[in-house]
Amino acid sequence: MNDEAEGSESRALANRIRIHALRMTNAGGGSHIGAVFSCADILAVLYGGVLKVDPGAPAALDRDRFVLSKGHAGAGLYAALAERGFFPVEKLLTHYQNGSDLSGHVSHKLPGVDLSTGSLGHGLSVAAGMAYAARLANQTHRVFCLLSDGECDEGSTWEAIMFAAHHRLDNLVAIVDYNRIQGIAPVADVIELAPFAEKWAGFGWSVREAAGHDHAQLIDALGAVPFTPGKPSCLVAHTTKGKGVSFMENTVLWHYRIPRGAEFEAALVELEAQP
Amino acid sequence: MRDTFVRTLSGITATRPEILLITADLGFGVLNDFIARFPKQFLNAGIAEQNMTGLATGLALEGHIVFTYSLGSFPTVRCLEQIRNDVCYHEASVKIVTVGGGMSYGPVGASHHATEDLAIMRALPNMVVVSPGDHWEAEEATRALIDLPGPAYLRLDKSAAPATHLPGEEFQIGKIRVVRQGWDVTLAATGGILGETITAADLLVREGVTCRVLSVHTLKPLDEAALAAASRETGGIVTVEEHSLAGGLGGAAAEALLDAGAAPGFFLRFGLKTFSSVVGSQTYLRKIYGIDARSIAGAVLARLRSREFVTCAAELV
Repeated sequence: MNDEAEGSESRALANRIRIHALRMTNAGGGSHIGAVFSCADILAVLYGGVLKVDPGAPAALDRDRFVLSKGHAGAGLYAALAERGFFPVEKLLTHYQNGSDLSGHVSHKLPGVDLSTGSLGHGLSVAAGMAYAARLANQTHRVFCLLSDGECDEGSTWEAIMFAAHHRLDNLVAIVDYNRIQGIAPVADVIELAPFAEKWAGFGWSVREAAGHDHAQLIDALGAVPFTPGKPSCLVAHTTKGKGVSFMENTVLWHYRIPRGAEFEAALVELEAQP
Repeated sequence: MRDTFVRTLSGITATRPEILLITADLGFGVLNDFIARFPKQFLNAGIAEQNMTGLATGLALEGHIVFTYSLGSFPTVRCLEQIRNDVCYHEASVKIVTVGGGMSYGPVGASHHATEDLAIMRALPNMVVVSPGDHWEAEEATRALIDLPGPAYLRLDKSAAPATHLPGEEFQIGKIRVVRQGWDVTLAATGGILGETITAADLLVREGVTCRVLSVHTLKPLDEAALAAASRETGGIVTVEEHSLAGGLGGAAAEALLDAGAAPGFFLRFGLKTFSSVVGSQTYLRKIYGIDARSIAGAVLARLRSREFVTCAAELV
């Protein structure tokens, strides 16, 4: 399958992830829809083909590991896992509701989830531990970790970045959802991260940048890891927060706002109109 | 206790490839033999306790038994959220080891004391909390923790009580050891301060007071049955710890005894009320803060005598 054909499949998957997440956050009253939308294409590319995972054997030793360090995008990961067959799609609408397994932030109580996250700055350290373990055991699987740009405020993220480079963990891949908007303000107004790719490179990672909603670019980059043998790989994915719904795009508001009523209907119309 | 731990772990690591030891850049000289013998089972994570703990979780989730090693409050309080969210919530086999429980590193200063760690670790779900009182307990605890599933905290003290174990005695996590038998009062201690507590018991015996001395080497799960029995069978419960009075052994014992409906005849807690701001050795600081053998024995005796007075007065009425 060539990149373009695969791209069209994963684009369709990304749109289904967005629609699921919109319905989930609407039904359960969960938030962070903007943060889900900004990484929906990355999740679709990962679960659409990059990750070697098997819903029939979610704990297989040779599977690729995936850590969603930006755990607030849980709705997106749940949708991707359900679409991939890890659990029934019908379960998604229990998200955020009494008695559900689908907590707002990612829970490892679900098949296919390697780590519970939510508090930022934890995921990359654990992913580095997993990658180190794989190397000790001469295993060839990879460990992918998706981070938000905001969580690069956390010092622990940089501890993990330094560790992974020092130990040449080239089976570790960090993807940063660089949407430039964090919890309550734009990144540039809080703690400027630029020059961002240069920071990772300066810390010893092999860095590539991609348009984070361009499936061909994402597939191309994530299919080429490690970017440099002997170095951990970082893909800085330039994204748009709220991507896919015009009135949610590039707004701080839709980090926390819950899609309800007319806004929910309008968002659904926009997403369903996409190919 | 530190050397006992390293020696014991080294002995076991030789046959257990799944064991890993990660330090946050502490253990100069102490870990050399381990590093030389097991280079693939050792990692220096750098002065980065949060990352060390996250790494340990990732390694444990992949099947390793991981010891994280540092000093004072560094491996616990510095990276508390990684312990809570990563280690404990995932029930990862991470064994957190501190050398320098209490005021072991006395003159170094309060930054290097571990005096709230027991309370904080005890509050975490899935966490087992072990604080050995002598070298034998430290060795046995090290062995036991390796095969104990899930998270644990091992608090090692620079001081240690003289050997108290009997030939053939078995150590069990969560099982209080009776190291002196007696009936007038129970002295329950956790950690190396067990030594001061035994000496206090010896001083009290000279005054005609027989003491049951308990080594509470496991603070969680707490041996509630042994505490309740001591409360019912002896005149009162006294707890001794080189730790804050809030939430440590004294607090845990009070909770357990009230829960069990076994309120003691009287209850005295020895511990720290605030930071140690005085410079001095562990032995010196124990005297300053009233948790050395003489202070304990004196206070217990005063309490017993005041009770005797109250009892006599009641009889006169």
